[in-house]
Amino acid sequence: MDKSLYKNIWVYVELTEGKADKVSLELLGEARKIADASGEKLVAVLISDAAEKAAEEISCANVDDIIIVSGEEYKHYSTDAYTFAFTQLCKKYKPSVLFMGATDNGKDMAPRLSARLDTGSIADTTELYYNPETKDIEWTKPAFGGNLMATIVCDKSRPQIGTIRQGVFKAALPVKKENINIIKENINTPAEMIRTIFKNYTANESTADIKIEDAEVIVAIGRGVKNQEQIAIFKELADMLGGTIAVTRPIVDCGWYSVKCQVGQSGKIVSPRLYIACGISGAVQHTAGMTSSDVIIAINSDKTAPIFGFADYAVVGDMFEVVPALIEEIKSLKGI
Amino acid sequence: MAMIMNQDQKDLVALAKEFMEKEVKPHIYELDEKGEFPLELYKKGFQLGFHCMDMEEKYGGVGLDYNTIAFVVEELAKVDAGFAISLTLNGLPFACVSQFGTEEQKKYVSEKIVPGGFITFALTEADAGSNAGAVRCTCTRDGDDYIINGPKTFITNGEYGDIHIVFATINPEAGVRGICAFIVEKDRKGIQIGKKENKMGLRLSNTCDMFFDNVRVPASNLLGKEGMGFKIAMSALDIGRVFNAAMAIGIAQGALDDCIEYSKQRKPFGAPIATHQAVQFMLADMAIQIEAARALTHNTAYLAQAGEKYTKEAAISKTFASDMAMHVTTDAVQVFGGYGYSKEYPVEKRMRDAKIFQIFEGTNQIQRMIISGALLR
Amino acid sequence: MEILVCVKQVPDTEEIKVDPVTGSLIREGVPSILNPLDACALEAAVRFKEAHGGAVTVISMGPPQAEQALRQCISVGADDAVLITDRAFKDSDTLATSYALSLTSKQLGCFDVIFCGKHTIDGETGQVGPQIAEHLNYNQITGVMDVKFDGEYLLASREMEEGKETVQAALPCVITVTKTNYTPRYPSIKSKMAANKKEIKILSASQIEGLEMDRIGMSGSRTTVVKSFVPAVGEAGMIICEETAEQSGKKLAALLVDAKVI
Repeated sequence: MDKSLYKNIWVYVELTEGKADKVSLELLGEARKIADASGEKLVAVLISDAAEKAAEEISCANVDDIIIVSGEEYKHYSTDAYTFAFTQLCKKYKPSVLFMGATDNGKDMAPRLSARLDTGSIADTTELYYNPETKDIEWTKPAFGGNLMATIVCDKSRPQIGTIRQGVFKAALPVKKENINIIKENINTPAEMIRTIFKNYTANESTADIKIEDAEVIVAIGRGVKNQEQIAIFKELADMLGGTIAVTRPIVDCGWYSVKCQVGQSGKIVSPRLYIACGISGAVQHTAGMTSSDVIIAINSDKTAPIFGFADYAVVGDMFEVVPALIEEIKSLKGI
Repeated sequence: MAMIMNQDQKDLVALAKEFMEKEVKPHIYELDEKGEFPLELYKKGFQLGFHCMDMEEKYGGVGLDYNTIAFVVEELAKVDAGFAISLTLNGLPFACVSQFGTEEQKKYVSEKIVPGGFITFALTEADAGSNAGAVRCTCTRDGDDYIINGPKTFITNGEYGDIHIVFATINPEAGVRGICAFIVEKDRKGIQIGKKENKMGLRLSNTCDMFFDNVRVPASNLLGKEGMGFKIAMSALDIGRVFNAAMAIGIAQGALDDCIEYSKQRKPFGAPIATHQAVQFMLADMAIQIEAARALTHNTAYLAQAGEKYTKEAAISKTFASDMAMHVTTDAVQVFGGYGYSKEYPVEKRMRDAKIFQIFEGTNQIQRMIISGALLR
Repeated sequence: MEILVCVKQVPDTEEIKVDPVTGSLIREGVPSILNPLDACALEAAVRFKEAHGGAVTVISMGPPQAEQALRQCISVGADDAVLITDRAFKDSDTLATSYALSLTSKQLGCFDVIFCGKHTIDGETGQVGPQIAEHLNYNQITGVMDVKFDGEYLLASREMEEGKETVQAALPCVITVTKTNYTPRYPSIKSKMAANKKEIKILSASQIEGLEMDRIGMSGSRTTVVKSFVPAVGEAGMIICEETAEQSGKKLAALLVDAKVI
């Protein structure tokens, strides 16, 4: 295959209720850099019944071109209609790269489309690098439960397709380029071609009551907390990170939290993405329940505390001083 | 462990481990504290077939050999011995039926039990514990029926038994030769469940008093012949002892595993206690005793499987393994130090669980009588 | 209903440790297990069979030892198992893998529903299911937490980031399953032993009808892994002990944001 026939960096902009998803805006930001590095155009692709309206918003996201496919059949995502539309577009315009958010629908479509176009697709990536020598994108993704990172290329075929996780990149700068081409493509997917019909959607109920087994982020507190008022600061940290509070046995015995929130041998086994142990010494009874967490942070004033033996980040210091500073700094760094 | 296992044995041990770790282990602390009988968990265990491992396949059971069962019960007991006892106890009373029952009786009992149920072994009485010959529960013939009268005590699973194998004397003067064994269904009129024991260990298991108040059963429910009850009980107890030994080994192995993990982590003077020879030797001694007990017990299981006489060897295995388990779990508490004495860690429970194995199904003193009796015959 | 389930034997990623000296993964001694979501897919398939009749066939591509994972499937309700194994499959990416699996599926019969796990715990791509669907020109539903069949259409709930979507889908269809409702059942002692006696059908690449050798293995792959490395996070713990606790807190925040932990 002559790869040089394929040009431009495409970003599929996924819309929810007419608004671009966060991950799509993040991708536009990163794809801009890649397009500048490769000297190609950054093209946003919108497929939706509300595509035309959304083009307004996207035209301010530092893009060169926007391709729009609209029609009633694109009101709800369907594998068949969307894959069909993208196939037509890819055949006509021959993009070099197609970035999609690693959303449920992004991950549904990317592999299907890649198989139809007989090209490669890389799923759930967290890092992108444009190699100016090979002109390939180097995609890096976690594997083996986060134990390993793999860098993958789609070096033999085009377009290079991949999905990228949300929250990895910074959103596009609000820049409106001059002379943006807004191209309306008229692609109709015949109804009989669409084999899956959307019926309804129910949003999850408030996630305030996350089960600790399901939590992505856990802030764990133990004996170091002396009264209920002291819990507030840890709750704030947990809320900010979209996580929940877990506790050790003594806290349950105090009646401040139910046994459902207890981690350890006589409690639950958890394996969140991030586990922050605050003022927990790290007795086996507790660590038995948390060592398989992806990243473990331990905050303890006793530098010999066994918990530090499990920690990826061992912070020696008074948690009542460390945690507020941590919260403030995260807020300022993340611009929350 | 230093044993050769075939693929089935490896797989079944892995299955037992998975089941116990996932289903039972998370609840043990609470159940032990409350002394509750987790019926729903037992029902889950029934679905896997742990309650009828020794029943022949033609009666719907699993039909495992004794060695395989010993491996499985060890694994169950490694997580909780009380649960292991109640879940697999059926083997003992069913052995009475399978060895002495008629074809109809075997079919009848297995049909009731295989889909999920408990059989109890109702032998012990207040004054007839180790001395089974002193049974005072009576049976009298009345036409085509027998009528059973009297109390039983320390009956495992008594409250939940679907079928009870009840031992009663037809002639108290005749001693062991007067004892008869009966199949008694739970819905027979006159069966009363008495007080539930509040035990030191095996707290996930149910142990209670029973009273048989003019309980009428048809003569077809008699196992073997009148007066054969003692022989029936003793032969069943032989195989029961092999499994008890295997469970005691499971308790000890679990305690050793706990100690290994803990001693690598606990650092009271900067270094893990596992680096201290005093601890290393304790761990080594535990392993020596456990492996010895396991080899001994599996040898007895082979004898039983081969149809050899093994009463003495069963007594030796049960005694050695239970004394060993008591010793190992006591040392395990020592390795854990102060934490070992705390209920927050699992070793004190293992110590409580181990104790009964020196007592039930014939105390270790009675076992020594059996052994010396065989030696001096 | 003829039902196919695609499964993979994977290393138990929870048991994988990183060599503290070399920084590489230690794979020796890591047990191989049935990919957890594939076990859920099988559970969904077996329940589907129990509700609508038919038979469940499981298929796997992998080394000869993957037979163990297939036996596990047999012990919890699969009727037949097929292993495709060949050195020629080495280094297949998802596209090449899905090509081989889809051809084998055609050879084995005409399946109404094909269940897959949503993703594996080793590669974590989630691509093989949709790609099989494309090769076979089947319908697809991904991330399914519950599926029913009304006699004509499938009615499936898809687990979405912040909610649940219900779709109606025509057969034949590939369904990729998430755990939510499909906790795998235990085998019984009997079914476990019976599975050990069951014959597993083994196919090499040349025994798959119509298989083009340049579409499998490295030559058939459209993606190539150029390098792999152990992520910086997760290495031996980093000690943060600044002059004041406040400074430590700030440093931690900076490190976490840098490492994209938060």
